[in-house]
Amino acid sequence: MGSGALFIAVFLACVVEAVEATTIVLAAGTARDWRSAMIGMAGALAVLAIVVATAGPAVSELPLRGLRLVVGALLLIFGLQWLRKAILRASGHQARHDEDKIFAGQLAAAAGQSRRRVGLVPDWYGFTLSFKGVLLEGLEVVFIVLTFGGNQHNVGLAAVAAGCAVLLVATAGVAIRSPLSRVPENTMKFVVGIMLTAFGVFWGAEGAGADWPGSDAALLALVPAIGVFALILVALMRGSRRTAAVAAAEGGS
Amino acid sequence: MTRRARAFAAFCYDFVLGDDWLIAAGVVISLALTYGLSRAAVPAWWLLPLALVLLLPLSLWRAARRR
Repeated sequence: MGSGALFIAVFLACVVEAVEATTIVLAAGTARDWRSAMIGMAGALAVLAIVVATAGPAVSELPLRGLRLVVGALLLIFGLQWLRKAILRASGHQARHDEDKIFAGQLAAAAGQSRRRVGLVPDWYGFTLSFKGVLLEGLEVVFIVLTFGGNQHNVGLAAVAAGCAVLLVATAGVAIRSPLSRVPENTMKFVVGIMLTAFGVFWGAEGAGADWPGSDAALLALVPAIGVFALILVALMRGSRRTAAVAAAEGGS
Repeated sequence: MTRRARAFAAFCYDFVLGDDWLIAAGVVISLALTYGLSRAAVPAWWLLPLALVLLLPLSLWRAARRR
């Protein structure tokens, strides 16, 4: 896996998570108090940076084979969960991720809470909403940075890719001050799910002692093969949904 | 304290295992089998892709049935 592929994989995954975190920060800022929301976001980003700075070097020191086994297993579990959700959404079995709807829900929930000043933070609820949102979404970013970066012994580049994604999304969010609903989040989640799954399969098998035919080139076959398989599953799931809907309509008439 | 420990355990479960524990269990079993085959000097690279082809549709079918 080259540096470019590492950068793109981490960047795409982090954009998805950053969009979700930005929606929460925007809701906290709009409904409560911008200063508190920004302090909450900065606090969470500082915690996440400390986690990467302390865990990054430690992960890079681990023996490659053991690291690949653990990382491969976790990436495969993560990737399959992302892909599962993306297929369910694409086939209509689950509602698509809608940032506008989530933003409206967050606004309604935040507006009903009382205001309380704690130290430098004018509104504690706005601060905790923003802090928790960024921290929880950010933990997935940290996981991706450490696993991809650790495997390539280049946590620094992975962290830069994540930083660029966060900066880009945060700047766009602050500039337009509304949820980034135009970002094709569902499609991106589908693509990232395929990539996480492919790398999970590749590194997991290598970590467990298997040798891939063609070595690293096997990844070039794995990524499109998993993509095609996922698209076939979407088509099959759509078909089964249509069949069920027709059967239900006929049963009702 | 117990409430916080429980909340943390629930967060870890949700973070790692997600919506379907079957995927996590299937991945761990497949990796163990891959390790076993590799130790016996049998080519084992095909096992994880096969697990993926079985696990993902099974998990989707379970999810669709629940809805």
